[in-house]
Amino acid sequence: MAVRRSILGIDGPEPLARAMRDAQYIADEGLSTAAYLALALGKPLLLEGAPGVGKTEAAKALASVLGRELVRLQCYEGIDSAAALYEWNFPRQMLAIRQAGEEYVNLYADTFLVARPLLLALQAPRDRVLLIDEIDRADHEFEAFLLEFLSDFTISIPERGTIRAEEPPVVILTSNRTRELHEALRRRCVYHWIGYPAPALEAEIVMMRAASVARDTADRVVAAVNGLRAEPLAKPPGVAETVEWAEAATLLHSQGVAWPRAFLRSIGVALKDQDDLEWVAPRLEALLGGQAA
Amino acid sequence: MTPAALSPFLSFPQALRAAGLPASPEQTVSFLAAVGLLGPRGIADIRRAAHAVYGPGPDRRETFDAVFDLVFMGRSLAAPAEGTPEDMPQARDAEGFDLMPEAEEEEPSGAEATAAERLFQRRFDAGDEDAMLRTFARALPAALPRRRARRMAPGKGRLPDARRAFRHMMRRDGEITRLPTRRRRMRQRRVLFLIDVSGSMKTGTEGALKLAHALVQGGERVEAFTLGTRLTRVTRALRHRDRTQALALASGLVADWDGGTRLGEALAVFLSVPRFASFARGALVVVVSDGLERGGPEALVSAMVRLRGLAWSVLWLSPLAADPAYRPETGAMQAILPLLDRLGDGSEPPAIAREILHFAKGARA
Repeated sequence: MAVRRSILGIDGPEPLARAMRDAQYIADEGLSTAAYLALALGKPLLLEGAPGVGKTEAAKALASVLGRELVRLQCYEGIDSAAALYEWNFPRQMLAIRQAGEEYVNLYADTFLVARPLLLALQAPRDRVLLIDEIDRADHEFEAFLLEFLSDFTISIPERGTIRAEEPPVVILTSNRTRELHEALRRRCVYHWIGYPAPALEAEIVMMRAASVARDTADRVVAAVNGLRAEPLAKPPGVAETVEWAEAATLLHSQGVAWPRAFLRSIGVALKDQDDLEWVAPRLEALLGGQAA
Repeated sequence: MTPAALSPFLSFPQALRAAGLPASPEQTVSFLAAVGLLGPRGIADIRRAAHAVYGPGPDRRETFDAVFDLVFMGRSLAAPAEGTPEDMPQARDAEGFDLMPEAEEEEPSGAEATAAERLFQRRFDAGDEDAMLRTFARALPAALPRRRARRMAPGKGRLPDARRAFRHMMRRDGEITRLPTRRRRMRQRRVLFLIDVSGSMKTGTEGALKLAHALVQGGERVEAFTLGTRLTRVTRALRHRDRTQALALASGLVADWDGGTRLGEALAVFLSVPRFASFARGALVVVVSDGLERGGPEALVSAMVRLRGLAWSVLWLSPLAADPAYRPETGAMQAILPLLDRLGDGSEPPAIAREILHFAKGARA
């Protein structure tokens, strides 16, 4: 195993956390440690957590820290290797045959190859970060296929031969845990579970993401959101919703709506399900109460 | 590192495996490398490295940490039972009734403790319905409902298969003699099996669990839960091939055998965990329950409306429905009746098996 202690001058979890903060992402110790280890050990990073805790954002921040382009493969049920690896541009190939007439034409040249995210990441591992988003949505076959890709970082194209990465690319996988991932996949990765951030941290995220929001507002919104997350809701608000709610309430307030009203009127930004709204309605004043002075 | 300092790092994976957690040699190598990279300056760094490299899911975190404490800090802790508490919201009803697994809370009183003891020791024995269960499991793949998948397969369809067409052309000097086509594949729908384990269903729960085991073994993507005063996911236990062992494991997980019925609240908890709610999306939902709700019907009705919205079909199997004269007259059943695709016979395991096999076939036609 090739261990690289320093990646672009980042030689530990703390420097990485600082660099991510510069990229507008606040990572706690667990995440910065896991991300640093993944980079240093050259292993994929597997991030799990409830929807809306900022898994994809973490990947974007890492790509920005490394100064690389983020190539995203969004998984879905029934995704197959053609959507993940490469595809031949058949219409173009056919056209080429017609135009060539009697002449020889290389139908498997680069011009006919449509590279998909996995191949893109292999072709330039130093310039790209591969994000395999919501791997839990793909089916088991695709997961098994990924297993092979993640251990060797090679892709074989029958007409072209095997393409091997010069160095293992930086790969980040995310999962919402709608199903359990295979143990073999976990084993190949460095793992981190992202929970909802602690209130102080979440308030800091709100302040960073929404410059217009006052500290006081951020604290209130975070307290209210934490109250909401403790309720049995269909769609508990994620971090993005917290930020949006704080922004929306601030906007309404600046237009002359008094404080508790501003929160109540912009609740649709945080809760996006009619049943949830109905469930919360009688409790909402209490959730915002006291602090919503 | 000196050999003596190395020893906990080497005994750690063994201890993990002994506790039923996976730990491969490859991970141990990474673990040592990770500890080297981090310094380490304290036990917290070693713990973080262990978490990152061995990657215990949130449901196994506590067990993992207990093993870690034992090996690295010489602290012995009882490993907690496995569950999935990480994404459980704190749901309580009006009387402060706790729907969560109530591990390490206060000691139960004498009567409760005895009851709990009896419930935990409930044993399942292999009956003569072996053959029935085997037949059921075998019939499942053909009978369970299917839907069109996104993935394509070669076959008679309308969409041209460019890849194969191109290969044909290459063979025939650029001529295409017939156009190969492809069509969408079919996939089995997810099946969500919800078993009411309250007191009024006492005689039926064992049979229902055996059927759930056959379902998990015979079908693809089956999820099973028990509902009583709380919600318990038993799918993982039922994945064991051996039925006796699987049922023993499942019965160990379920702590509310023969308790009260709070179907509405248990279903609300089910729906509020995004991971669980996604099991119901597009699924065939089978509820085995008599629908005798102890509380008011409102919670059950609102939960069923949401479940209906997610599911492909909802099949409710009630032991009471075996009687042809049965008319759902309780408030709860009356209210949810319009939401059901079928209210069927849930009296005996063979009847439940028949209902499931027949319903799916009928719906497909």
